[in-house]
Amino acid sequence: MAKSNKPIVWGLFAAGGTVTAFVIPALVLLTLLPALGVVPELLAYDNLRAFAGHWLGKLVLFAIIFLSLWHAAHRLRVTLHDFGVRADLLVAIAVYLAAATGSLAAAYYLLRL
Amino acid sequence: MSQRQIELEVLRYNPETDTEPHFQRYSVLCEDEWVVLDALNHVKATIDPTLSYRWSCHMAVCGSCGMMINGEPKLSCKAFLRDYEGVIRVEPLAHFPIQRDLVTVIDDFVTKLRRVKPYLIPKEEKSIEAGEYLQTPAELKKYKQYTLCINCMLCYAACPEYGLVPKFIGPAAISLAHRYNQDSRDGGREARQQEIAATEGVWECSFVGACSEVCPEHVDPAGALQQVKIKSTIDWYQEHLMPWRNK
Repeated sequence: MAKSNKPIVWGLFAAGGTVTAFVIPALVLLTLLPALGVVPELLAYDNLRAFAGHWLGKLVLFAIIFLSLWHAAHRLRVTLHDFGVRADLLVAIAVYLAAATGSLAAAYYLLRL
Repeated sequence: MSQRQIELEVLRYNPETDTEPHFQRYSVLCEDEWVVLDALNHVKATIDPTLSYRWSCHMAVCGSCGMMINGEPKLSCKAFLRDYEGVIRVEPLAHFPIQRDLVTVIDDFVTKLRRVKPYLIPKEEKSIEAGEYLQTPAELKKYKQYTLCINCMLCYAACPEYGLVPKFIGPAAISLAHRYNQDSRDGGREARQQEIAATEGVWECSFVGACSEVCPEHVDPAGALQQVKIKSTIDWYQEHLMPWRNK
């Protein structure tokens, strides 16, 4: 039997899962703090903008956003399959397209900084 | 020793006379420390000799007495009556065709097991005079857990993916392939990958994890499958992006 090409989507999914598990909880906390009016010096607008403005910062942010979106898309695809939705090709196109759109938007806004 | 009146609801099916399976109730006086298998043996010995089911060792080693007990895949020799209240429903393992009563047709699993070559394929053939294939404790530890599989098929009955996609090679067979792939003496990984790195191999697994929850020997098939996925992914990138590494 031929070996599957699933590793392309699964490799990104696994990487996204790792990133999501480690980074997203921290990001949620760091985003909630300013939202609740607590802005430590480190998270001041100028500091964050400078971080996102640097090419390395852009790369890190893009990697986190792209991998997380891809992870969520693949998880959703598998979950729908488990729930009995059998239109896998349609589901795959829809969820990966959503992830791609989000990633492209992230790339666009990062590059404009 | 105290006794308790147990109500068993057992799925019956005789392909010669029945058009479809039905439940039959048995009320039996059981000892408190009995397991479900003891209760079935008691039924067969005293009430209904036609009741059919597989069992052999009565000590969670042979792997033949797997059944759905109150909807959960269990070895009936390990399912203590004291852990259940009310009527205990006993059915054949899910996802397998019924041969008769609690006996299932297991050909699908046996064929899949053969396909993954679950035996040692020596890296280098040695003559008997050349001595044993030596292995360090650390090398043994890498695969020992996966040798504990007793082929009881509880993981197949628990796996929703196997229920949805019967072509899926499934938890136990892939874990056993992984067992030999992890063995320092073995050189058969490439041959096994042809089966387990295919779409109906490890990639049908969506990591529900039910296989590891029901495994009576704590093999953790779900963990084995995730390791197979990681290794197969590394393989894929090496084969497609590093062509100079291909032979």
